[in-house]
Amino acid sequence: MTSALVIRDLRVRLGARDIVQGLNLDVAPGEICALMGVSGVGKSTVLRTLVALQPFTAGSINIGDVALRAGPLPRERALRALRGRVGLVFQAPSLFPHMTALENVMLAPIHALGATRPEVERSARALLAQLGVASRADAFPHQLSGGEAQRVAIARALAPNPSVLLMDEPTAALDPARRGSLGRTLRDLAASGRAILIATHDVEFASAYADRVAVLADGVIVEAGPVALLARPSHDATRELLRFGSDDRESSAARRL
Amino acid sequence: MRIVLGAVAFVCSAVTALRAQRVAALRWGGDAEGGAPFVEASPGDPTRVRGFDVDIANMIARGLGRDARFVQVAWASIPASVERGDFDIGLSGVEDGPALRSRHAVTLPYFEFREVLAVRAADSARFRRLGDLAGRRVATLGSTRAYDILTAEQRRTGVVPVSYDDDVHPYTDLVNGRVDAVLLDHIIAERSLRRSGGGFVIVAAPVATGHYVGVLARSNAALRDSVDAILRARMADRSLERTFRAWGVWDDAQARHFGRILGDTTSAARVTSDAPRSVAAYVPALLRAALVTLSLSALAMLLAVAAGAVIAAGRVYGPRILRVALTGYVEVVRGTPVLLQLFVLYYGLASVMRLPAFAAAVIGLGLNYGAYESEIYRSALEAISRSQLEAARTLGLSELQILRLVRGPQALRLALAPMTNDFVALLKDSSLVSVITVVELTKQTAIYATNIGSWVVPGILCAAIYLALSLPLARVARRLERRWTIA
Repeated sequence: MTSALVIRDLRVRLGARDIVQGLNLDVAPGEICALMGVSGVGKSTVLRTLVALQPFTAGSINIGDVALRAGPLPRERALRALRGRVGLVFQAPSLFPHMTALENVMLAPIHALGATRPEVERSARALLAQLGVASRADAFPHQLSGGEAQRVAIARALAPNPSVLLMDEPTAALDPARRGSLGRTLRDLAASGRAILIATHDVEFASAYADRVAVLADGVIVEAGPVALLARPSHDATRELLRFGSDDRESSAARRL
Repeated sequence: MRIVLGAVAFVCSAVTALRAQRVAALRWGGDAEGGAPFVEASPGDPTRVRGFDVDIANMIARGLGRDARFVQVAWASIPASVERGDFDIGLSGVEDGPALRSRHAVTLPYFEFREVLAVRAADSARFRRLGDLAGRRVATLGSTRAYDILTAEQRRTGVVPVSYDDDVHPYTDLVNGRVDAVLLDHIIAERSLRRSGGGFVIVAAPVATGHYVGVLARSNAALRDSVDAILRARMADRSLERTFRAWGVWDDAQARHFGRILGDTTSAARVTSDAPRSVAAYVPALLRAALVTLSLSALAMLLAVAAGAVIAAGRVYGPRILRVALTGYVEVVRGTPVLLQLFVLYYGLASVMRLPAFAAAVIGLGLNYGAYESEIYRSALEAISRSQLEAARTLGLSELQILRLVRGPQALRLALAPMTNDFVALLKDSSLVSVITVVELTKQTAIYATNIGSWVVPGILCAAIYLALSLPLARVARRLERRWTIA
């Protein structure tokens, strides 16, 4: 099967720093890939580059039949096709505070895709139901819990029906029970044929729900493969991540006690 | 010890001398803005004044054995100012009338003027009397007898009075077609005709006659009687006639008037016009003026919001050249008085673009406040976090859609409180437009106060109306704000 997302030799400069220095990554439809690495390694930058919020200096990005070129960001008008194919859920949900959950989800289909309101509302309510927040459709963002807000944000990103879904640190604000429920939801979304790339340092979550992992260190993917590689790491960066991840888990377990 | 005593004696004598000098000076109030032949700054020495009222003041001072000292005061404030004790006597073409007499000590009438109509030469055949001007705009000075005549005529025949704060612009506006006639004292009309060198004619038959008097504090009747005696003596010995001749305002009417005064032993002039009207009579006019204030403010605010939004959008999104131009506009507008802007817009541009007064008022206030609004909107737009804008971009919204659907609505919530503040300020600043002939609430109150000679009741009524207009506004804004911060 051809990949939904293909990244070749990607180089990104952030200020004076070359934060990504030749990154290669493929994500296939129906697959959940975890882009892993310690904080500050550039995971978020990669995601931002994939949705053209961040320019890149060299390499290529292909999302389905849409190609992004190196150099300055193109005008927003030229990004229409890209916007319809890839959705991003930010670490902070960034819902629009002056709109209800339903209106947040309906915004893009109505205004960016020009679909008709009744049709959009039907599919938006279906999306909210699929994500388990149908009852919160008329709530404003400040009335939602962190988990609910994240689900609404996922629904909003999925509303234009993208083939690729990107999520930045999706488990950062969730307790263990909600992590499991989010993981199952992502598996369902992948099962319907979407390619999902999550940037995370949560080893436990990645082990439980991802198909593949790619470990980012020093601007390149140092180790990639089936999720089982987390059990037998071959690179120091992966080992550090596992140690960091378990420390993280222990400390959060300690906090719960 | 002797030195101390000497010093004390010196100080005492100096104080006595100063006091004697103060008693000796006759302080007289007039308005040099009124100009010749009443009172004007002397062309040779602008720190001194000249005019027939100046000569009369000197005549009176000489008769009293005192020196005359001029005190500048706005014409409409002369009676109130003399009552406060700012000077001893007001002399500056002060018009006799029942309201004046009921509140102040008034001298005998030393000059008889005629209220005359000025019309454009082309209209001289059809506009011969006030009655011919039904539905037409007739200009005059606010707070004058002529204005009272016009408002009475408005009720009778539908003449539209237009009030000015000076006596020059009524005639320039007559010539350039903003008004169809001017009703003012013949002295002012003739002076304006000489200055403009044509363009209008003065209708020979006067609309009414009136008198100039000196005005003193009510408690100062003794001084008034001395002044009357001096004036009568100067009429008898013809020195007053010589003064009027010197200023080119002597005519047969004055001769007849002097004859009547000298033949009449009671100093009080016969007053023919109606008595001061009661409070109730002014309430409808005040409410109408309040409506003008409200509609003017609302329209100006609408324009300010629109202009502010366009300027703010230009400054946030526009190319560099546009940003620089808009910043320049904002700085110029904020850095100069709105009064000056109104003058330039209404009078300064009159040769290029003849805006009606109300439209000029709306545009002037609207564009002025637009500059302030734009700063509020700009900072509100810039306060919307980058993550909100990026989230909107990844959803595929265009920049314009982001502004309209995401950034604008959130910025509006932030801007609401300062906007309300500005609208309340605008409501009050709208009183400035009386300088370009719009009679709004404050102007109408001033007219009312001048007519009845007191600011107490008109002031309270006026304040109550302003509060009635602004308080609900603040409440609506607070409620909206509360709803939006929750949402």
